[in-house]
This record gives sequence, C-alpha cells and structure tokens, in this order.
Amino acid sequence: MQERVVMDEKGIERAIARIAHEVLERNGGSHAIVILGVPTRGYELALRLARRIEDIEGVSVPTGAVDATLYRDDISIKKEAPALKKMDIPIDIDSRVVIIVDDVLFTGRTVRAAMNALMDFGRPHAIQLAALIDRGHRELPIKADYVGKNIPTSMVEAVSVNLKEIDGVNSVVVGTKKSATDPSKDDKE
Amino acid sequence: MPLTNKDMLGIEDLSPEEMELIFDTAESFKEVSAREIKKVPTLRGRTIINLFYEPSTRTRTSFEIAAKRMSADAINISVSTSSAVKGETLKDTARNLEAMKPDCIVVRHASAGTPEMLAKYLNCTVINAGDGAHEHPSQALLDIMTVREKKGRIEGLKVAIIGDIMHSRVARSNIVGFSRLGAEVVVTGPRTLIPVGIEELGCTVAPNTVTAIKDADVIMMLRIQLERQGDSFLPSLREYATLWGLDEEKLKYASDDVIILHPGPINRGVEISSGVADGEYSLILEQVTNGVAIRMALFYLLLGGTRESSA
Repeated sequence: MQERVVMDEKGIERAIARIAHEVLERNGGSHAIVILGVPTRGYELALRLARRIEDIEGVSVPTGAVDATLYRDDISIKKEAPALKKMDIPIDIDSRVVIIVDDVLFTGRTVRAAMNALMDFGRPHAIQLAALIDRGHRELPIKADYVGKNIPTSMVEAVSVNLKEIDGVNSVVVGTKKSATDPSKDDKE
Repeated sequence: MPLTNKDMLGIEDLSPEEMELIFDTAESFKEVSAREIKKVPTLRGRTIINLFYEPSTRTRTSFEIAAKRMSADAINISVSTSSAVKGETLKDTARNLEAMKPDCIVVRHASAGTPEMLAKYLNCTVINAGDGAHEHPSQALLDIMTVREKKGRIEGLKVAIIGDIMHSRVARSNIVGFSRLGAEVVVTGPRTLIPVGIEELGCTVAPNTVTAIKDADVIMMLRIQLERQGDSFLPSLREYATLWGLDEEKLKYASDDVIILHPGPINRGVEISSGVADGEYSLILEQVTNGVAIRMALFYLLLGGTRESSA
C-alpha cells in the first residue's frame, strides 16, 4: 500500500495558473470561451480556472458543468446505473470555444461522452480539453490541449485528485488501486 | 445505491432512501426534457413494451415519451388490438411477449396483483402502471416529486386526499408514499367511498372536506370515476360537487401556500371547480411534466446496468 504525492497545493495552483495563460494565449483572450467542468472534481477545477482567467483579464467567463453519465458507453455493462450529476450549460455554446475541464485524463472515454453531450446542446466553434493530470493509457484517439502534469502510470495504479472543496485537502496522489481509490472516484477507473 | 428490486410493483416496496434516489434522478432528467434535443442515448438498444388493458392517454403517452427520450424502443399494446379479445390468457400473452426479448414490460390492468403475477413469471423488468384499486407507483412518485420541488420537503406537511378513495389506486400509493416520508395524510370523501380500515395504510379519515382541508399544505383531489359509479355510491353529482368538490370558498381553509394536485383527467365542476383547477395554487400541469421525468428515472434505474447479481 504505497502512496506517493505527485502534486501538492502549490503545484496544483501553479498548473492552473499556467493553463489559464495558455488558454488566453491560444484563444486570443477570453471573449468567446465557455468553461465546462466534468463533475465532480473537474467542475471544481473549472471554477478555479475561470477565477484565474478573471484575475488576469478582468472579465468573468461563463462557467458550468457537463455531466457525461447519460452518454457513457458502459451503462449496459456496469452492474448498476451510475448516479447522475450536475448538468449546467450556462450559455448558448453555438460558435463558442468550449473548454472541457477534467481532473484525470485516462482512457478518454469520459471526454468522448462529454463531447457527445455537448453536441446535443449546439455546435461549438471548437472544443478544447484541459486536464490536471494526464496518466496515459488512452483507449480512444483523444489528446488534451492543456495538461497540468503528465504522470506515467501503470494500469494497477490509481490517481486521486483531492480538492479542498470536496476532499478537504489539495493534492494529487498515486497509489495502488485498492488503497487510493475513493468510491466516489470510481468512474475514473 | 441502486434500487433493490428488478421490478417496480408498488410504493409499498420502496424505502425512503429509494424514493429519494428516484426523485434526485428524476430532477436530472427534467433538464433533458427542457433541452432543444430532448433525447439522450442512454438506453439505446433496450426494448420497452407498454401493455395496457385499460384505457389511458396520459400515463401511456408519458411512459412512451420517457422511453423515447432515453433512446429505448417503445411498443404500445392496448387491449382493443391485443390477443386478449381472441381469448388468450394474460400469462400466455406475457410469455409470448417475453419471447420477443423485451427488457421491460409496463403493465396496466383492471385486476389488482397483475403486475406482481407477471413479475413472477417473467425475467424482464415489470413496471406497474396501475393495477385495479391497488397501486399506481409512478403516479404517486410524480405527485410526491412535485410537492418536494415546491415545498423543499415532505416531512411534517399535511396532505389531504379527497374523493373516491375506495376505487383509487392513486390514493393508496400516495397514502403509503407520503406517510412513509413523514407527512400527515388525511383522507375524506363520501362514506360509501371510504374503505373500512384504510387507516392501516398510514392515514386518518376526516368527516368532511373543510376538516380535511384545514391548514393543509397539499390538497389532492381525486377524479370521480364516472365509469365506476354504477352501483349507486352517490345520490347525485351535484350533491357530490357541493359536499366534496373543491372551490374557492373551501380553499380559504387551507394553508396560505397550499398546492393543489389532481392525477387527471379532471371533471370540471364536479370534484374541482375550473377556477381552482386553473388557479395559482394548482400544479396539475407540473405533475404531468414531472411524470415524464419520473418515468425516465425509473427506466434508467431499473434498466441501466446489468443487474446480473440480482436477476
């Protein structure tokens, strides 16, 4: 039961600050941007990213949540129907740049589902992906546009992102699947 | 936490936690119905059969729309076109339908216990859409959801259910559901239409409408089932309207922020006046909207996942 902390509070803060600058640089400002987090932790990260961008630009960015549960490809395989989370698209996404924020990018299946969900709401100009951690092992041709940290992992390892608002502490921990996996995070596995 | 049973036969089988899960899930599905594209791919490839042995527009349409919004395939069978008119037994009909491999059969039947019997014979999920005067669980769930949305709670509310309690499966499911969640349930209606022993379900019986309505937070008016009044339960509809019908005058006795429910279809001027039915306290149409969300939630919770361990 080994656990190692791969990112602390300062590290998470710096990563989000850098991503905020990258987002603004790449999109020439914040005017066309919508930030949508994947609940639960992706949504908290989306709020943090939006605050950062607001600090830099002085304008607020529409922020919301995109719950991919109803679009998952494993509904009929899982033993029971997964709990639904919050869906909150605050603004018409047509012709806007949607930035999907998730905590851990792993197989890519959640992001695929989230993109399908967005397509039911409109036709964005572009969709970009920001992930705090990219742990590899993609099963779909998906790549993040903004990455907080690349952490090569093995399949038996689990990556837990802990955020103060939910977990009481800010850290990223890599452990073995049994020890590090909080039941509330099992949709990331 | 999943639902315990593969079937939805009655409120009687649901714990308060299971009801809360259904309400929370239904709230999420309400958002889907508010979208421009009112469809999610969640139950793609699942087949749902609506087997209705009694006439129904609202409930059948609601189940059908719910299935379609979840991307399941819905097939409707009503009694006038089914083999029942050719003499096939219910059990044979059900077995034949199951041989076509549906994932769920939604059944309405005039005999209490029909869904339970089917659930015993069939491997697929069975949902009770009303059986005789027994239960109508999806209706009670949408009623309670509507109250919960408006009041923010169920516990401690006074709920008055008025009308033909005897023939009403809606009343039975609601008495059990509301009382299980901590509400105080009072029923009233003509003596001939109050079954002896109804208190055992978790309610009290009031002698008249005003007593029942006094300080009520929720008033649920039941439809006078004109098709079931052949046995002279009532002297006249006019007398019924005067004594048991809800109008602006009687409404004054209720709490200031009372809400009014009716499972529909309403008989205007009999159990409810038009002024009340269309008035500011009425949530009758909101009930219909919530009905679709509740049925989507039931399909999702019962058909999402393999249920291999319990099936």
